[in-house]
Amino acid sequence: MISVQNVHKSFGDLEVLKGVSLDVPNGEVVSVIGGSGSGKSTLLYCINAIESINSGKILVNDIDVHSKATNKDKLRQKLGMVFQQFNAFPHMTVLENAALAPRIVKKMSRDEAMEIAKKELEHVGLGDKFDVYPTRMSGGQQQRLAIARALAMKPDFMLLDEVTSALDPELVGEVLETLRLLAEEGMTMICVTHEMGFARDVSDRVAYFHQGVIAEIGEARQVINEPQNELTQKFLSKVR
Amino acid sequence: MEYQFHWNIVFQKMPELLNGAFVTLHVSVLAMLLGIVIAILLAIAKMNNSKPFCYVATVWVEIARNTPALFQIYMAYFGLGAFGIHLSPYVAVLSALVFINAGYLTETFRGGFQSIPSTQYSASKSLGMSSIQTYRYVILPQMLRRIYHPMTNQFVWSILMSSLGILVGMSELSGTTQRLQSASFRTLEFFIVAAVMYFIITKLVLFGSSLLSRRLFKGEI
Repeated sequence: MISVQNVHKSFGDLEVLKGVSLDVPNGEVVSVIGGSGSGKSTLLYCINAIESINSGKILVNDIDVHSKATNKDKLRQKLGMVFQQFNAFPHMTVLENAALAPRIVKKMSRDEAMEIAKKELEHVGLGDKFDVYPTRMSGGQQQRLAIARALAMKPDFMLLDEVTSALDPELVGEVLETLRLLAEEGMTMICVTHEMGFARDVSDRVAYFHQGVIAEIGEARQVINEPQNELTQKFLSKVR
Repeated sequence: MEYQFHWNIVFQKMPELLNGAFVTLHVSVLAMLLGIVIAILLAIAKMNNSKPFCYVATVWVEIARNTPALFQIYMAYFGLGAFGIHLSPYVAVLSALVFINAGYLTETFRGGFQSIPSTQYSASKSLGMSSIQTYRYVILPQMLRRIYHPMTNQFVWSILMSSLGILVGMSELSGTTQRLQSASFRTLEFFIVAAVMYFIITKLVLFGSSLLSRRLFKGEI
């Protein structure tokens, strides 16, 4: 379970998160929508401690993420993350990309790491790309590689930061399809997304972010189809 | 009047020339290795913005890149000599070359580090890698590819620049050639052969470096 409790976060004078609270129980998929600069992505970065927080608390599996005593490298093994920009390691093959962290972070044997990597790559439909270098692949394939690379660490949670925003429109589908598959398998996910259809159909709940706070949160279909908050209504009418 | 070439004397002295060539290669390789180590430290100092270190690094780089190599060799040999520090010609040339290599390579390394997108760091972090693992497996291998050719150029440059050793009486290829030609008056012959030897050395270095790069860098950037 991920529990975000009244989190405030500023970059200099700019307060990006102004008291955000969100509980995500295991097995749930939460989509976070909202305008750019509303703090959606920052929340994900705070959850896996890439960014620090100014006040409040974030618990992941009851571990206080931002406590000094927490081993953050270890914590991040439980939190898979995929970013907006494709960031495959360009000097490694697809298989090496996915096997690297299991091998050096989890200290698995080479064979063991390769086996897990292969399984996860097949899982996302890259079974025929093991020996290809990522720069030779489409954006959609690179994002699926990023998903497989995160899954190879056997995370309990996946944090997805606008993973389809940098993709050509015709490649969005294959990535969303992969995420849908994960959701069906019961992976706990927080997806920051601009894909309203995906948010409505795949997630259990949708949270609408506005200027650093969650303005509305509720059952996915209800928030997208019949938003209660005026701000949400305005936002959705603009993106549709 | 026609110049008569006499090559025999040059061939007789070939062992001495080859020995000189070996010293040239020796001092350049050493200057490169030491230069790389110092340049990594200077690049880190410059990027960390820790005031005193950053200042030292900046002064080093500015002097090394904006003054003639000749001046630096003279400073190491005659300049330090004036303070009672007497370096042998070999050590004087070596230190000057190390000084210059480190200066140039600092900027190369810094550029290399800064050319790696920050998303590579966040991606590595998010997989649970420590900083050391991130540098070891993700950042450095990519950086090495990007700076490999500038580094090779610096190496070739330092081989050619070691010929300034002639001015402080070092017995590298140029110094040896100078000594042999003045004893035999076959100036043209000796310097032609020396030039060919420099050419061969640098071509071999370039060839070796491209072979090595193909082995090291199988992926693409």
